[in-house]
Amino acid sequence: MTSLFEEVPRAEDDAVPVRTVSVTVNGERRTVKVEPRLLLAHMIRHGLKLTGTHTGCDTSNCGACTVLLDGRPVKSCTMLAVQADGHEVTTVEGLAGQSELHPVQEGFKDEHGLQCGFCTPGMMLTAKALLDENPDPTEDEVRWALSGNLCRCTGYQNIVKSVLWAAKKQRAAAGETGAGE
Amino acid sequence: MTALDEIKIGGLGASRRRVEDNRFIRGKGNYVDDIVLPGMLHMEILRSPVAHARIVSIDTSKAWAIPGVRLVLTGEMMAKRNLAWMPTLSYDTQAVLATDKVRFQGQEVACVIADDPYIAKDACEAIVVEYETLPVVVNPEQALATDAPLIRDDKENQHDNVVFDWEVGDAAGTDRAFAQADLVSKIELHYPRSHPSPIECCGSIADFDRSTSKLTVYMTTQAPHIIRAAVSLVAELPEHMIRIVSPDIGGGFGNKVPVYPGYVMSILASILLERPVKWIEDKTGNLISTGFGRDVYLRGEMALRKDGRILGVRMHTLSDHGAFFADAQPSKFKIGLMHSAFAAYDIPAAHLLARGVYTNKAPGGVAYRCSFRVTEAMFFQERMVQAAADDLGMDQAEFRRVNFVRDDDFPHRTAFGFLTDSGQYGKCLDVGLEAIGYADFQERKKEAASRGRLLGIGISTMTEPLGAGNSREYDILGIKMFDSAELRVHMTGKALLRTGAKTQGQGHETTWAQIVAHELGLPAEDVVVEEGDTDTAPFGMGTYASRSTPVAGAAVAMVARKIRAKARKLAAHLLEVSEEDVEWELGRFYVRSAPNRGVTIQECAAAAYSNMPDGMEPGLENVAYYDPPNLTWPFACYIATVEVDPQTGVWDVLNFVAVDDCGVRINPMIVEGQIMGGLTEAYAMASMQFITYDAEGNCVGSNYMDYLLPTAWETPGFELHEVVTPCPHHPIGAKGIGECATVGGPAAFVNAVMDALKGFGVRNIDMPMLPDRVYEAITTGRDVSGHPPVRQDD
Repeated sequence: MTSLFEEVPRAEDDAVPVRTVSVTVNGERRTVKVEPRLLLAHMIRHGLKLTGTHTGCDTSNCGACTVLLDGRPVKSCTMLAVQADGHEVTTVEGLAGQSELHPVQEGFKDEHGLQCGFCTPGMMLTAKALLDENPDPTEDEVRWALSGNLCRCTGYQNIVKSVLWAAKKQRAAAGETGAGE
Repeated sequence: MTALDEIKIGGLGASRRRVEDNRFIRGKGNYVDDIVLPGMLHMEILRSPVAHARIVSIDTSKAWAIPGVRLVLTGEMMAKRNLAWMPTLSYDTQAVLATDKVRFQGQEVACVIADDPYIAKDACEAIVVEYETLPVVVNPEQALATDAPLIRDDKENQHDNVVFDWEVGDAAGTDRAFAQADLVSKIELHYPRSHPSPIECCGSIADFDRSTSKLTVYMTTQAPHIIRAAVSLVAELPEHMIRIVSPDIGGGFGNKVPVYPGYVMSILASILLERPVKWIEDKTGNLISTGFGRDVYLRGEMALRKDGRILGVRMHTLSDHGAFFADAQPSKFKIGLMHSAFAAYDIPAAHLLARGVYTNKAPGGVAYRCSFRVTEAMFFQERMVQAAADDLGMDQAEFRRVNFVRDDDFPHRTAFGFLTDSGQYGKCLDVGLEAIGYADFQERKKEAASRGRLLGIGISTMTEPLGAGNSREYDILGIKMFDSAELRVHMTGKALLRTGAKTQGQGHETTWAQIVAHELGLPAEDVVVEEGDTDTAPFGMGTYASRSTPVAGAAVAMVARKIRAKARKLAAHLLEVSEEDVEWELGRFYVRSAPNRGVTIQECAAAAYSNMPDGMEPGLENVAYYDPPNLTWPFACYIATVEVDPQTGVWDVLNFVAVDDCGVRINPMIVEGQIMGGLTEAYAMASMQFITYDAEGNCVGSNYMDYLLPTAWETPGFELHEVVTPCPHHPIGAKGIGECATVGGPAAFVNAVMDALKGFGVRNIDMPMLPDRVYEAITTGRDVSGHPPVRQDD
């Protein structure tokens, strides 16, 4: 628990400015009170208790904290929670549907696209945003899209394969749907 | 009845998809910062902004006045409890919180425990420290100067900045070799300071329960049991009242082996406040204060015969350990396994002189994805080998082949005294040369040169010692280096396996189950693997130095064999024959004379709980401690081709071929993942990744904007090949692999760039081969040293 998010236990609580923030997180509307300086990453992790979003570097270089804001990848460690007010946030916990994994998740498992797993949520969300925009990327396009996310374990080769795997699977699924129409 | 298909049950050789991924891809990993305990407080560390200074005063009153602050700790308060200093894993001492003076930028000066991390940070900023600055030492040359300031004036009998002088090998024999030489080749280089820099930083949650006197610490450690021993010594708590839990770890690479001041402070704070205290380091704290790797000046020479044979080698190392000697390495070897250099080559005599010094830089010298300094050893070896081949005018591949230890020459005693036991070095080289198209490339290179383009090819071949111990020679803090596994087979044939190792991305939860599948025929999916909790795991030395598979993996095989031995007795009982008449095939015992009469391992497990013979101890559980007879010796051949742009000094990798012989591969998919990750760190070292210090001791490389790590965009593709020479002493023939590529890879890149620059009169460019360094070499025709800059005008 963190008092930043849930309570202001001190006698001087009037001195602590508080803002109300409403965000739709993984499809669910959540309204919270936060200090204006609270980072979005910390609100997600400690306030909303969605610990799949990781913080690695605090300087928006590593991308472990990447979430989707209205479908676009942002680094939640360099964004204030109040800036997310009124927006939609997707975290790794919102990637899978009720019963099945997102193709990107399947791809990462099938192509051994992760080792320690720490960068993985950010990588997968960045990959999802890419595939939403470009369902048939080249290897270079995947590498460029992922270049804001650091991984120390894999050497990226299998991450790239994972994303291409997911793209293929998504296209196949879309093709099936298209054929049915 | 046919035997089980081992691949189908996820046994040895299956590229089984990883079990741990199921939680990681869902965001359900459980890293230290994800753990929240009731009543938990948060700790933040105040670090020194200067590299060397006497502490005149520390005023914490403004910090105490901030609402929500629970405790402010200073060195003085730690000293009262005899906790201002702690032992390192290399028999030195390290300040937990500075008392007398600060010795490097980023050193821990005070810490605040508060209701939330933001308040703790505010309070740290409110602490006023007055420093009286002292002259700063940022490299060994300065450290050894006669008028150098004494950095470790806290230590009795320390009158200079020398940490150690150490020597290994045969000095006289090497002198004789050099006397007989037709040619002596020399090289001098600096392996720059680097940082393992896992994406997850270090952290801990200490939770002291006064009512039970038990201390539980959740922390980012690669070696929970060593930490338990260290905490017991430092905090003077009884070992059975300490529980260390290492949950999921976001990468380690050696950075998470040592004991750090932050851990100790969080423990003391929890004891004083009787509440859980969480410390999560930020990236700058991680980069400027925790275990770095390398920072060694290496020079040496090779005695050569005209026909290409190496007669002897001399090596000198001068290593910069920062303010505290905080390597984690076997006590017998002051500069780790540096003397494993040249193990792949049949060399009659060798001698190594090593000196380590203190400087006003961050402490460490940890084995960064490396088995105790073998990275520097192999880099020097392969740069020396290329220089020697060039001096002889010999083809670099041929020079290696002429000097390799031959396949029929094992076991082979190296010039420095190691015993290598297996390998097919020539075959690996052949596979690599074939894959890269060596002969064709030489033609392409000539053709490109005629049009002003610079192509180069670099080879790196090496065997390295992975998997310490044996216990005769290897220890940490006097604790012998063995490892352990405990296997509990339940009555339905499902099983729980625990080991003394600790995965940080290596995939133990997947691969250990595969070893059990191989030994017992239980489907791998029926075996759950647990590690990292000292209250439940058998005692082990943890995961680093590529020791998991060589040592803990061997223990897994051995405990499974103990289980099988008991299952055989149960099978004999069930089949109503004598034990001698029972035969084993994967997953099943049968009667030798009647192969159709058999019982499965699962049926034996059921019998262990429900139908054991009279007098037999019930249950089917066991534990094995494994002390390896030797290290394992994987071999690697890495070949890079590059193109250097003479206008800019930028170099690009054209192709990269890796041939790894790590013996039997438990899970080929995971092995290849390890190799690709390691090669990327090798590329990082060669191209961009280093930490340096300015003349005032400011760390340049304190965040990811200054400390460059390659992204998916820069990282080249790698083509992987394999050769399999089983390890003769490992129960399943496996050798270590996790670090081979990081160890052997850098020299391939550097040798390739140096090959491209052959006509320019340049012998060496220190890593990282930044474009400006390469450009300088091209335009001046001189070597470019990575020696840190020292401003003379101050």
